[in-house]
Amino acid sequence: MSMTNSGAPRMLLEASNVHRHYRTGATDVHALRGVSLTVHEGEFVAIVGASGSGKSTLLHLLGAVDSPDSGRVLFEGQDISALSDADATRLRLRRVGLVFQRFYLMPTLSAIENVELPMAEAGVKRPERIIRARDLLSFVGLGARGDHRPTQLSGGEQQRVAVARALANRPALLLADEPTGELDAATGAALIALLQRLNADGLTCVLVTHDAALARSARRVVTMRDGHIISDEAVRSDGDGHTLDGDTLDGDTLDGDTAPRVTPA
Amino acid sequence: MRFTLAFAALRRHPMRSALAIFGLAIAAALLIDMVMLSTGMRASFRSLLTSRGYELRVTPRGTLPFDTEATVGGAASLVASLRAHPDIAQVSASLGTTVQVQRRDLASSAFALGTDPAVQGEYSVLTGRAPSSDIGVQEVVANSALLTTIAASVGDTLTISTGRSAQLRMSGDETRAVLVGEARFLYVPPGLPALSAPLRAVQELLGEAGRDRMSLAMASVRADTGRNPDNSARTEAVRQWIEDTHSRVTAISTETAIVQVEERLAYFRQLAFILGALSLVIGILLVTTLVSLSVNERLGELAVLRAIGVARVGVLQQIMLEGLMLGAAGITIGLGLGLVTARWLNTILRDFPGLPADLDFFVWSPEAAWKALALLLIASTLAGAWPAWRASQLRVAQALREESIG
Repeated sequence: MSMTNSGAPRMLLEASNVHRHYRTGATDVHALRGVSLTVHEGEFVAIVGASGSGKSTLLHLLGAVDSPDSGRVLFEGQDISALSDADATRLRLRRVGLVFQRFYLMPTLSAIENVELPMAEAGVKRPERIIRARDLLSFVGLGARGDHRPTQLSGGEQQRVAVARALANRPALLLADEPTGELDAATGAALIALLQRLNADGLTCVLVTHDAALARSARRVVTMRDGHIISDEAVRSDGDGHTLDGDTLDGDTLDGDTAPRVTPA
Repeated sequence: MRFTLAFAALRRHPMRSALAIFGLAIAAALLIDMVMLSTGMRASFRSLLTSRGYELRVTPRGTLPFDTEATVGGAASLVASLRAHPDIAQVSASLGTTVQVQRRDLASSAFALGTDPAVQGEYSVLTGRAPSSDIGVQEVVANSALLTTIAASVGDTLTISTGRSAQLRMSGDETRAVLVGEARFLYVPPGLPALSAPLRAVQELLGEAGRDRMSLAMASVRADTGRNPDNSARTEAVRQWIEDTHSRVTAISTETAIVQVEERLAYFRQLAFILGALSLVIGILLVTTLVSLSVNERLGELAVLRAIGVARVGVLQQIMLEGLMLGAAGITIGLGLGLVTARWLNTILRDFPGLPADLDFFVWSPEAAWKALALLLIASTLAGAWPAWRASQLRVAQALREESIG
């Protein structure tokens, strides 16, 4: 993590008044309505909200997977709102790691080949790729399962391979979209611990989740509703658990059509 | 890595990929067979006509070689006249007729070819030797069809007659000759019993009907010793001289004969072209269908590849590589399949009655075959281009959204 001259962490991401709408069949969905958000290096941000609140769309914009209709997104000071497809692809390859709810590993490749994939795309030579892929799999606790195919791995193991793949090119930012969505509680907890470990090592993490436990593990929770950010609060760690500056996350999930269940501390 | 991914994509549905490869193999086999057919007959006929080095064929006026039973008289003076021409290197005259051949109690009718054994261009001796040209020595060579029919072998004595004696109760048309060799006759159908004796012997056998007559003379033109390797102008000049000097004959050059045959074979070439083009289209459609299906099945996977940083061109390459791999596998199998079917079809077609023994329908022409297969390989790679382009143009965020909903 690098610091500014004043000693404060440097700004990594800045979304300013971002709008995004798209069509789903005959429906025009206005997913983001003037969202502004900044993320500094080393932060661990959880974006929570009901289904359709715009959190995944925001995550895609932050990772240069998509571009806004208006507004702008800065990544390491560079405006990524209007990057060409090739530049956006290059940015995603080298600076952003993506983890998805459904893992999306290549089913016909082994775990180690899946981790090698982004490195191969980045032009890393095979011997180095293999060493790094093995190291990453060991880091996520799958050192002995590198030759297994995704179908031979449990859901939790597949998601850990996906995390290793996301880390392959040493990104500055890890974006995770519902990373525990398909995992049971115990496996989800292990994954949360892994993400916390990565963040503790200095990696900036932004994740979208319905999982209250995962949201609690972040150091900052951004809540969205109907394409707006309705709250943005730091999480304090106390003896009894993680508490928001104003509220405490309550319950196991943050699902539903209404705002997330946030109760006063 | 692209190769690994492409291979893995094909391996995902092994039966489907295997069927597509088999379909491509059939298309490739058909294509290669059509190429062999379209170029083979021409090549085979050219090889047949040029194998003995005779550039000119002289026949009774208005006929093609052995097209009819027509003969021309004054054979000796005609041959002498041809041999006297300074540009003619060699002349071989021949006379064809039908005879009866008997060995002990086995008999067969046979095509008898009288020719000069020293310069003949009609047969190759397989076992034994060619007949002696000496007058008074009665020797013949025969093909395997005749040897089998009358159960004869080299060294046997055969009784040969024109067959008229029995029908017309005439005498003097019979002779005895020693079988000195087994021969393969270039222009005689392999199933037709045939023998060859010196020209004079066959003329004498035919009595008055054969006296000093011939059916065909073949002439070779002296090579141009100058810088011009093309002897066609000199050949044409000699041909013209023959027709101008000897009004009773027609002279045709080998090149002209080949052109005439090629014109007659145009139908085969067109058929081969149409079937070859069809097989190419079938191959393209097969690959396009399979790759499109494969792409549609894994849009989410491809969107993820794009999301994690695989460039559009990378996706394009990977999908096209799938088409290339299908094509390469299909062509490899198709090459073997095509050669086997060509050999089989060639055997069937060569059994057609009336065709020369040395005429092949399917001839392996490496250059033409490789060109055709390369065309199919390029076509199958390009066939993957449309689905590959669609995959590369995928809207990543939209595809991920639809995947998460689906």
